Amino acid sequence: MFARGLKRKSAEDGEDVEGGLAGAQAMPSYSLQRQSLLDMSLVKLQLCHMLVEPNLCRSVLIANTVRQIQEEMAQDGTWRVVAPQAAGRAPLDRLVSTDILCRSVREQEGERPGPDAGDGHTPDLVPGLATVPSAQALRSPQSSLWEVDSSRENRGGFQKSLDQIFETLENKTSGSVEELFADVDSPYYDLDAVLTGMVGSTQSGHGSGLQAFSSATAPPPSSSCRSDLGELDHAVEILVET
Amino acid sequence: MMPGIGVLTQDTLWCFSQVKGTIEIGATEADIISTVEFNHTGELLATGDKGGRVVIFQREQESKNQVHRRGEYNVYSTFQSHEPEFDYLKSLEIEEKINKIRWLPQQNAAYFLLSTNDKTVKLWKVSERDKRPEGYNLKDEEGRLRDPATITTLRVPVLRPMDLMVEATPRRVFANAHTYHINSISVNSDYETYMSADDLRINLWNFEITNQSFNIVDIKPANMEELTEVITAAEFHPHHCNSFVYSSSKGTIRLCDMRASALCDRHSKFFEEPEDPSNRSFFSEIISSISDVKFSHSGRYIMTRDYLTVKVWDLNMENRPIETYQVHDYLRSKLCSLYENDCIFDKFECVWNGSDSVIMTGSYNNFFRMFDRNTKRDVTLEASRENSKPRAILKPRKVCVGGKRRKDEISVDSLDFSKKILHTAWHPSENIIAVAATNNLYIFQDKVN
Repeated sequence: MFARGLKRKSAEDGEDVEGGLAGAQAMPSYSLQRQSLLDMSLVKLQLCHMLVEPNLCRSVLIANTVRQIQEEMAQDGTWRVVAPQAAGRAPLDRLVSTDILCRSVREQEGERPGPDAGDGHTPDLVPGLATVPSAQALRSPQSSLWEVDSSRENRGGFQKSLDQIFETLENKTSGSVEELFADVDSPYYDLDAVLTGMVGSTQSGHGSGLQAFSSATAPPPSSSCRSDLGELDHAVEILVET
Repeated sequence: MMPGIGVLTQDTLWCFSQVKGTIEIGATEADIISTVEFNHTGELLATGDKGGRVVIFQREQESKNQVHRRGEYNVYSTFQSHEPEFDYLKSLEIEEKINKIRWLPQQNAAYFLLSTNDKTVKLWKVSERDKRPEGYNLKDEEGRLRDPATITTLRVPVLRPMDLMVEATPRRVFANAHTYHINSISVNSDYETYMSADDLRINLWNFEITNQSFNIVDIKPANMEELTEVITAAEFHPHHCNSFVYSSSKGTIRLCDMRASALCDRHSKFFEEPEDPSNRSFFSEIISSISDVKFSHSGRYIMTRDYLTVKVWDLNMENRPIETYQVHDYLRSKLCSLYENDCIFDKFECVWNGSDSVIMTGSYNNFFRMFDRNTKRDVTLEASRENSKPRAILKPRKVCVGGKRRKDEISVDSLDFSKKILHTAWHPSENIIAVAATNNLYIFQDKVN
């Protein structure tokens, strides 16, 4: 009877991601919104790759936006490896209000954390699955969607596209990267299907992909990355089953 | 004398004249109008749609009995210009949507126009037939051959009047010259050549030759991964057949002279406005992308449309535009949402009036805007069925940005972003405008006092 008036604490506090947000519920941080914009842009790039024939102008503009964000994140030092615990979340859940991004630099000066302040949050805040497969996805669709007149076999050759566009990512893999969506029949405008497609290739190529991705961060020891790989693999499998 | 021509004062009132197209029920995506263009005299008005069809309207002769009703436009010809195709090599569909229509100046009784989809340009001849020969010697009236042995006399066939028939025939097909999507075509002032521009290349054609074209601009990088900029629009100078401009997705315009070299990779002039660093955001580049570029009739100015503004440039000044007009600045704080729903990539066109004194462009919620360059006045009007009573005067519309909304105003959040006016056209010499609102074509005229 005494417990009636008491509200149980939100069980979500136990999850790393939500816990980090507890202090910033009122206004999503600039970094979070920027990440959200990055995720949105990467999804757009993948989706437009699936259209009848991609609108090149739109793709180029989105890709340039992605590059801008990534460059800024690299300067901030916020471009880092993601923790697999957050991997179970679909990227769209992380699309928070991005109005703050619409404001000009002048308006943001008061609100934005300085580059060295960072978020004060653990890397767990950064949506795991959204970022990693997105980096993966950046490989082939990014450039292959531009190279409309290339044959499908050439797509493996665009492996290098990512590092040329985003200087901080070093591509250490060689050989062909399978076209992410080459043999997936499900509709691509469905995000779940997109993720499924990513999972399919992630499992096969993720080792190299994550290797390259993690090497971009400053500077993570490769051993910890390898342990991360196994955990991510596990997380991705969970996602497939949902 | 045309009242109100070229002057958008408070005395100029725009009235509804006609609307073409179906009311919402039964409208398919194929009916969406994708281009609108008056011919050089304004007698004909052509529209192209997503289904690959071209519809040409002709202005009826003004009758003395109905002076208050200036000539109406009625359907003159309808034809299927482009069909959907499949590119087997790339396993991709080629849309039949008509991206642009451009008229050739009239040189004889027939009318000629260029229409293009993403890949192929076609030259169409539209001609009238109102007489038919009768009285053949070797054929009877039904066209059956007669036995020559039964012919005893000879006669000369005569032309007899018949019901007017308008025929459209494809005279030339200019294909296989574009790897990327054609966004512009422009007829040169020499009337012998024209250009077609896609995302990365511009080709020069001779009307008589369909199996060859000259590549005059190529911005494709050797390494496609380095691609950061595409061509968005291109147009020939109205008088100088050696000059043309093309705009880019980075908000720049280049003026090229074909006399300088065969491949115009180096521009004669480069127009770019320096960026305002205080206004910079992640969307700055996207909203600076130019969606349309048009020479003034005089050839002295160019007008460009980007997502939020229309700019007028003097060809003699490259470092900034001489005029900037805000089309819908209230959207600046909504860019994130517009990016999410892809509206930020909408390509609005812009047009000059006949005397280059007023410019017009479209917006959302079926609004379109006019700016008088002399008086600096502007007006927002709406193309809607509610305002569609004959000769009804269009009431200026206003978008309420914040604070208290007045009775006739509409708030930004109530705007319908699916109703976008991308394509408009202005009669070359009169105050008659054609506004494409999705699958409907509205024709407005100024009020004749």
